[in-house]
Amino acid sequence: MKEKRKIGLILILALLIILISNMPALAAEEILVDSGNTAFIIICSALVLLMTPGLAFFYGGMVRKKNVLSIMMQCIAVMALVSVQWVLLGYTLAFGPDLGSIIGNLNFLGLHGVSIFPSPDYANTIPHYVFVAFQLMFAIITAALISGAFAERMRFSAFVLFVLLWTTLVYDPVAHWVWGGGWLGQLGALDFAGGTVVHISSGVSGLVVALFIGKRLGKDRDVIVPHNLPFTVLGAALLWFGWFGFNAGSALAADGIAGLAFLVTNTCAAAGAISWVATEWIHHGKPTVFGAVSGAVAGLVAITPAAGFVSPLSAVVMGIMVGPICYLFVSRIKKYLGYDDSLDAFGIHGVGGTVGALATGIFASTAVNPAGADGLLFGGLELFGVQVLAVAATYVYAGLITLLLLKVISKVIPLRVSDAEEEVGLDASLHGEDAYAYEDMSVNDRLVGLQS
Amino acid sequence: MKKIEAIIRPIKLEELKAALNELEVRGMTVYNVMGRGLQKDIKQYYRGQEVSVDLFPKVKIEIVSPDDAVDKIVQRIQEVCRTGQIGDGKIFIYPVENIIRIRTREQGEKAL
Repeated sequence: MKEKRKIGLILILALLIILISNMPALAAEEILVDSGNTAFIIICSALVLLMTPGLAFFYGGMVRKKNVLSIMMQCIAVMALVSVQWVLLGYTLAFGPDLGSIIGNLNFLGLHGVSIFPSPDYANTIPHYVFVAFQLMFAIITAALISGAFAERMRFSAFVLFVLLWTTLVYDPVAHWVWGGGWLGQLGALDFAGGTVVHISSGVSGLVVALFIGKRLGKDRDVIVPHNLPFTVLGAALLWFGWFGFNAGSALAADGIAGLAFLVTNTCAAAGAISWVATEWIHHGKPTVFGAVSGAVAGLVAITPAAGFVSPLSAVVMGIMVGPICYLFVSRIKKYLGYDDSLDAFGIHGVGGTVGALATGIFASTAVNPAGADGLLFGGLELFGVQVLAVAATYVYAGLITLLLLKVISKVIPLRVSDAEEEVGLDASLHGEDAYAYEDMSVNDRLVGLQS
Repeated sequence: MKKIEAIIRPIKLEELKAALNELEVRGMTVYNVMGRGLQKDIKQYYRGQEVSVDLFPKVKIEIVSPDDAVDKIVQRIQEVCRTGQIGDGKIFIYPVENIIRIRTREQGEKAL
């Protein structure tokens, strides 16, 4: 046994040495690194990373207290898993030299060929490593977003397998299509920071998982309400804050477009909060804090594809549109269709992302950003068509591949926990922990429940 | 001896404790409880999904007293806790067979 381990270790070391010795010699015609841009994107990367623990709180507050650790664990697990996957395989699939406009080739496998110097193809004023890191944070938050759809019932081992396969087979190709030189980018689809790549892909996939694994036990019988809305507010605050890095950083430079993206991001979040709260206030008579933060996030989602292309006034209109539309989905259409998207991953990210991607085709303006295109409002017809195509392609591809993955994984591992484990709660049954052990005198009873 | 169990509005607890102190009633056990009686359900909305709240937070206070003090205590609880609105709570009175103070092994009223 020990011998085997030694041999394994030696093999791994040998592999690492080979990889490291293959590092590129410093190129003669080095492209200059811009220190301002580099500093900005490094900070933005950290901001985007912070969104995922932010999401852990946003989602964690919405579940019942017996499941809060399980949803937080899913977010943290995604940070760990995707970070490693990205370095080994994910980056090259998304941003490696183009193969048939569909996916990147394996030139950057293990980040082979990536260096402290800028890449000639992407963001050529910042080190290639910084670009890799910035893009990684998007891959992380995207996979984490899905977990809201199947919260409180998915088996952790199945989740780990799902995330690794999903990020490899859905996120990486879709990111390539739009940002890595793939076919949607070539067609002229505009997705500044990830309306299709991040929000539609995660939202639609979440919906498919929710439909596939079924409702939570007692969904139609029990009262299931958020156990800690202040957590949700904290999470929304971290998301809003991190989103500045997400959208402004997507300019990939500390320039005017980054400044525009920063401002419209804040504007649309604010308008989204106002429009959601106004809708529910009229509808039910009370303005809720849950509605305010949900509307803000819906606004942030909507502005994501448009952030570098629209004016602040357009952002106001987009925010006013997205609140009532997402509200209608999570309060009425979800109930009518009967699916259990526990934390509205589809209702906010899928729907909000769709509104944003289409609105980009309406409100984008070359007067704002000459590198963009003109939407319907400014006389451009073509862009809107391409945006519709990008939305449809992402729905179909993310939905189909997710369904396929679930069919395969469910042959190996049950996707759902057992009924007994679900009743006890995933924190105790899957992770052997209790979020509020000292507050909750029934903790021992619940462990007894596990044994029966 | 009697046990007096009063279900009251949580907001009334401090006032009631002070009032009972004046009667030199100090010993009590207090619980946070949920319950319902005549109060109507309240509708709440989480992301527009209607949730019917039909259990309300109340405080339950338990006092064991000698028979002759029961009326005074019950009277006092009513004075403090009545608002006249639905949801003021209820008082239950039970006979108590015995009391034992664990530390001293005293029994009966001596153990109060």
